Amino acid sequence: MTRPFLSVENLVVHFPTPDGIVRATDGLSYTLEPGKTLGIVGESGSGKSVSSSAILGLHRGSSAQVSGRIWLDGVDLLSLSDREMQQRRGKDVAMIFQDPLSALHPYYTIGNQVGEAYRVHNDVSKKAARARTIEMLDRVGIPNPQLRVDDYPHQFSGGMRQRAMIAMALINDPELLIADEPTTALDVTVQAQILDLLQDLQREFNTALIMITHDLGVIAEVADDVLVMYAGRAVEYGSTRQLLTAPAMPYTLGLIQSVPDLLSDVNEPLKPIPGNPPSLLDLPSGCAFAPRCTFKHLVPDDLPDTVMPELEEIAPGHLRRCHLQERDLSKLTPVPIGELA
Amino acid sequence: MSAPLLEVKDLTMHFPIRSRGIIPRTVGHIKAVDGVSFTIGAGESLGLVGESGSGKSTTGRLITRLYEPTSGQILFEGHDIAKSSARELKPLRREIQMIFQDPYTSLNPRHTVGEIIGAPLEIHKLVPKEGRLRRVQELLEIVGLNPEHYNRYPHEFSGGQRQRIGIARALTMSPKLLVADEPVSALDVSIQAQIINLLKDLQREMGIAFLFIAHDLAIVRHFCPQVAVMYLGKIVENAPRDELYSNPQHAYTKSLLSAVPDMRQAMVGGRRERIRYVHDVEASAASTAAAIAAKDAAAAKAKTPSKPSA
Repeated sequence: MTRPFLSVENLVVHFPTPDGIVRATDGLSYTLEPGKTLGIVGESGSGKSVSSSAILGLHRGSSAQVSGRIWLDGVDLLSLSDREMQQRRGKDVAMIFQDPLSALHPYYTIGNQVGEAYRVHNDVSKKAARARTIEMLDRVGIPNPQLRVDDYPHQFSGGMRQRAMIAMALINDPELLIADEPTTALDVTVQAQILDLLQDLQREFNTALIMITHDLGVIAEVADDVLVMYAGRAVEYGSTRQLLTAPAMPYTLGLIQSVPDLLSDVNEPLKPIPGNPPSLLDLPSGCAFAPRCTFKHLVPDDLPDTVMPELEEIAPGHLRRCHLQERDLSKLTPVPIGELA
Repeated sequence: MSAPLLEVKDLTMHFPIRSRGIIPRTVGHIKAVDGVSFTIGAGESLGLVGESGSGKSTTGRLITRLYEPTSGQILFEGHDIAKSSARELKPLRREIQMIFQDPYTSLNPRHTVGEIIGAPLEIHKLVPKEGRLRRVQELLEIVGLNPEHYNRYPHEFSGGQRQRIGIARALTMSPKLLVADEPVSALDVSIQAQIINLLKDLQREMGIAFLFIAHDLAIVRHFCPQVAVMYLGKIVENAPRDELYSNPQHAYTKSLLSAVPDMRQAMVGGRRERIRYVHDVEASAASTAAAIAAKDAAAAKAKTPSKPSA
């Protein structure tokens, strides 16, 4: 059997602190194929960013304890030396960060920074790198790239900076692109443009894309599969349609129901998830979501508070981590899709 | 009919652009707010939406008089407060309060929650010292926090809890108008709904009027029966909720609505068609670029040695 293009297996990222070990990611597994998009959803502290930066080896040199396997195209990235990882970072795997202003160096021109990403991995002249940079800036929709290439980041608007970041990430045709909340800092109209652009480029280069976001609207538009994370673990995994139309555990349902959309009834109060996310220093001994769960009473013997549920497959390709019995799943019903449109 | 609680007439705020050098001169103005008018009745709420740079936050800060407007009127209960002095404004600060976006930077980390919420009571000397703690605990309870936690510091609370503290502080003086500038955008989605529900309950129970500033169109739709859309310092459309969302009139509003990613829409049949609004900013940027190109061309031309005249 051939291994999937990207296969994260039992990934663990722990941060030792004076107060104890922060279990930022605990036993995470997923796969991704070229040309496909995986959406990772979760709240702050759920481990969605930490687990993704582990793919780029961004925890190397920090105190983080990383274990597990990250197979990319047959190679375990965690087993590579720092030097080998450096050769792949930005070439095979690239990342787009949330805030393009703080991710760009204010003292260097856009062209300098985007071009550097190319020159690091390719033995080319400055002139050739510049030509390639202008070509990429043009590809991501920056007007007058031959002029704007010499601008500094502060001369770009937020949307333009994010386009420059995308150009930098894609300049080496990476096989895997990780976008960490790429549109959260942007206005909705600009967000729409950036999402369209990412999808166009993905189609063109057949890139595998990991889209980290907390916006289920964005997920619904771009993702093929969705991974829901809570307190460092995967709690549900499946196709976008499966998750959004038939969520199989209460946290996913809670996320779906807590956001109003442009069609919801304004006289109904919103349905928030009660309580707050747990501290990663002091996780509950049972299901991490149990203290906030409104379906807990359906499970006998206070199982949720004492036993951590396993990730189990309830339908082909649809996994979840929950004690709720299958016959109670019908109680988890989001707004039926049929009533819309 | 009595006068509305708040009436804003032709409000403008121009920030000067200063030249560099030893003697800075004003070389122009940024028209952050450029002739804005609207009214809010007692207990009503107006939503103000727009992109960053549209002037929606500046409008909020003008109404709370954190800025002094360049021109225009801000009539609060019939009195124009646009040019009031700091002394004249003091009693007004009880009536108009603000909730800020970032619950991490808007609370003093060195003050306990009790000090933060009780500070307005001390400043306005309305409640004797002995009564303050009781009022603080009452407020904590109203916003859904444990009243016994008045002695804790902000860092001991989560983001959502801190936003509740900010709301309690705004409620201390029982204001008539609350300016909420992006009150939930810094919070996790599961917490946003908690805070919105809390604000809605407070509005219903206390009859507080809201100027609700946000960029999230779905949340504004949920909270405000009347919504104004701002663009480049001007209100381009101001309409009742149902009208604005189902039948937007201005091209910019249409484009804004078409850009919202919608979970349910995506599930029933892809995305709705996006409407681009080619706005003046982009157009002017394009013309600047064109001007630069023309200048470069001219410079290049000047450099080429002129043909020797034969």
